[in-house]
Amino acid sequence: MNENTISPRAATWREELRKSMPARERTSIARVAMPELTPDDRVRSLTDEVNAGLNCEQAVMEAKRCLDCPDPQCVTGCPVSINIPGFIKNIERGEFGQALQVLRETSALPAVCGRVCPQEKQCESKCIYNRMNKPAVAIGYLERFAADNAESTQIAQPDSNGIKIAVAGSGPAGLSFAGSMAAKGYDVTVFEALHEIGGVLKYGIPEFRLPNSVVEREIESLRALGVTFETNTVVGKTLSYDDLHNLGFKGLFVASGAGLPRFMDIPGENLINVLSANEYLTRINLMHAGTPGYATPVYRGKTVAIIGGGNTAMDSCRTARRMGAERVIVVYRRSEAEMPARAEEVKHAREEGVEFMTLHNPIEYIGDENGRVRAMRLQRMELGAPDADGRRSPVAVAGAIEEIATDQVIVSVGVSPNPLIPEAIDGLEVTRRGTIAADADTLKTSLPDVYAGGDIVRGGATVILAMGDGRKAAESMHKHLLNS
Amino acid sequence: MFKIVSKEIFSANVVKLEVEAPRIASSRRPGHFVIVIDNARGERIPLTIADADPAKGTITLVVQAIGDSTRRICAMEPGMELHDVVGPLGHATAIRAGGTVVCCGGGVGVAPLLPIIKAMKQAGNRVISVLAARTRELIILEEQVRAHSDEVIIMTDDGTYGTKGLVTDGVESVLRREHVDEVVTIGPAVMMKFVSLLTKKYDVPTVASLNTIMVDGTGMCGACRVSVDGKNRFVCIDGPEFDAHKVDFDEMIMRLKSYN
Repeated sequence: MNENTISPRAATWREELRKSMPARERTSIARVAMPELTPDDRVRSLTDEVNAGLNCEQAVMEAKRCLDCPDPQCVTGCPVSINIPGFIKNIERGEFGQALQVLRETSALPAVCGRVCPQEKQCESKCIYNRMNKPAVAIGYLERFAADNAESTQIAQPDSNGIKIAVAGSGPAGLSFAGSMAAKGYDVTVFEALHEIGGVLKYGIPEFRLPNSVVEREIESLRALGVTFETNTVVGKTLSYDDLHNLGFKGLFVASGAGLPRFMDIPGENLINVLSANEYLTRINLMHAGTPGYATPVYRGKTVAIIGGGNTAMDSCRTARRMGAERVIVVYRRSEAEMPARAEEVKHAREEGVEFMTLHNPIEYIGDENGRVRAMRLQRMELGAPDADGRRSPVAVAGAIEEIATDQVIVSVGVSPNPLIPEAIDGLEVTRRGTIAADADTLKTSLPDVYAGGDIVRGGATVILAMGDGRKAAESMHKHLLNS
Repeated sequence: MFKIVSKEIFSANVVKLEVEAPRIASSRRPGHFVIVIDNARGERIPLTIADADPAKGTITLVVQAIGDSTRRICAMEPGMELHDVVGPLGHATAIRAGGTVVCCGGGVGVAPLLPIIKAMKQAGNRVISVLAARTRELIILEEQVRAHSDEVIIMTDDGTYGTKGLVTDGVESVLRREHVDEVVTIGPAVMMKFVSLLTKKYDVPTVASLNTIMVDGTGMCGACRVSVDGKNRFVCIDGPEFDAHKVDFDEMIMRLKSYN
């Protein structure tokens, strides 16, 4: 765990803090409720953040709930092992800046993770309060509070070691890697294929969940560390692997993301207004379609069907409501218990008037005379035997097929790896699934100076796991360069 | 920012722009395309690269004003800047050697066809180019095409230049008289559809370069998907060139109207 933290548990102030309030008193405090916009207000704005964030009083009170356990299990639930009690106790004593410094020891993007991490499945699921049948300490809310409210002490730009490192992709993995390497003194350039920095944080996650200003702030702090960003540059195309060598780069971290949206290969899927969640969200989030003055078009469906039950499906259905859809239906082939989306997203979607048709699966889309979708045919499903992952597989109920009118279908059934970079770099090995083959510990690929992480290796995971990969890759590339 | 260094007006609606993009200029190959955003609030549109000058660090784009964005781009003057240009994207054209190739282009399709004509000629093929347009003034790049072709056939709908008739008439006149190893076609989707139907009849392998709606151009959104041989393919990363005989042109033509 975090031996090198600036706020170890044995620190005198932490001991005093622990003694300042008996555990029984701490556990009697109710978990804070996140202040949020009312559903009516939310659906009128694409950009107003739904979760408003805790105020100082709420944050300090919530921080008091944390028992500062001797063997904190929350840390084991965190993919990057953040010193969770360390930052929370700093909030309790009012040292918000110190809290942020603790977060920054392991996380490049705390304001992002505080908002989009599935804490209920990670750190908070391990909190001691669960064993007392009480709601866990709101670790995610507190992380966000520290990131939003502390004046980050300007990290001094480290002495440059003059070694040039390239990064392909500016999503969470790339940003985290860039931050770690820049802090070690490397001269880091991040190449981004799109015209904006941030990857999925910009094109994918909507502003009502993660405002662009929050992402911008994180990018600015990386710029302050000396990281250079170049947009409109596709590594493997605009600049080849050889070009990078000729430009003097000594290492490449590939963090190009998952990429290709999957379709279900059912009749009518190429009708007009049947589109991937990636396309729908990119048009609206990155290109600002639907905002007056922007050139990118988007169709505003009246009855919008979202196919899938993940977080991207939740982002899509909530976006559709904000784009003025009268009826939004999430169609998911298993039951709600199996839905991969965060509970909070499902709750927010419901509050915003989204309907859920679980145990239904589309089998065909029907178009009008102009090729525009007008209806979907849904097969009723039931849960059968558990599959290899232990999830119960959906099985079709014979004859139970219904037709539902819809004028826009957003397909959100996952992504597959983007072949663009693997195809463009000779000798870069890929797995059978098409992801880049990288060592689980070092993130080293089949090429000695190329490392890879995030969804291009994992195939589709979370922001925090991608970020963890970035850090890990930085550590091992650094070690490798020191020894060579 | 990507500066426009020169502009040539081909016709009322078609301009040729030379744009500063040094990295793309040295890495592009025939068949590649770029995604262009004209201003900070613009949309991402795909344009095929017509030519490049690595020494000067420029690429050449031929743009037809058909929508708001292309109209704005056509109205831009030298010295002005395109906000974003990214590429080269897609797969480069597979250049065969030592055969007879018919390259047929309609309207502005002739522009992206030109580098393929050049490369085919350089690789030792006998190149017969068929250029088609509605009327005389819409025939573009004739001189450059002639410089790299063994024969040039010009077709106009109204007969104001070359032979009166459609591009397919020109192509068929060649197919009837001699053996052709490959046909390459770039132009409006409906034109490529009929070229494809024709060459299928003559059983001549045919490649079509598709220009579908795109957003990112790197495989992320799937807006550009087409059915090829019954399978979903992405024009941006699987194409832009496909075996024309396997492309579902009717579906592609329908999808091009998504935002009309």
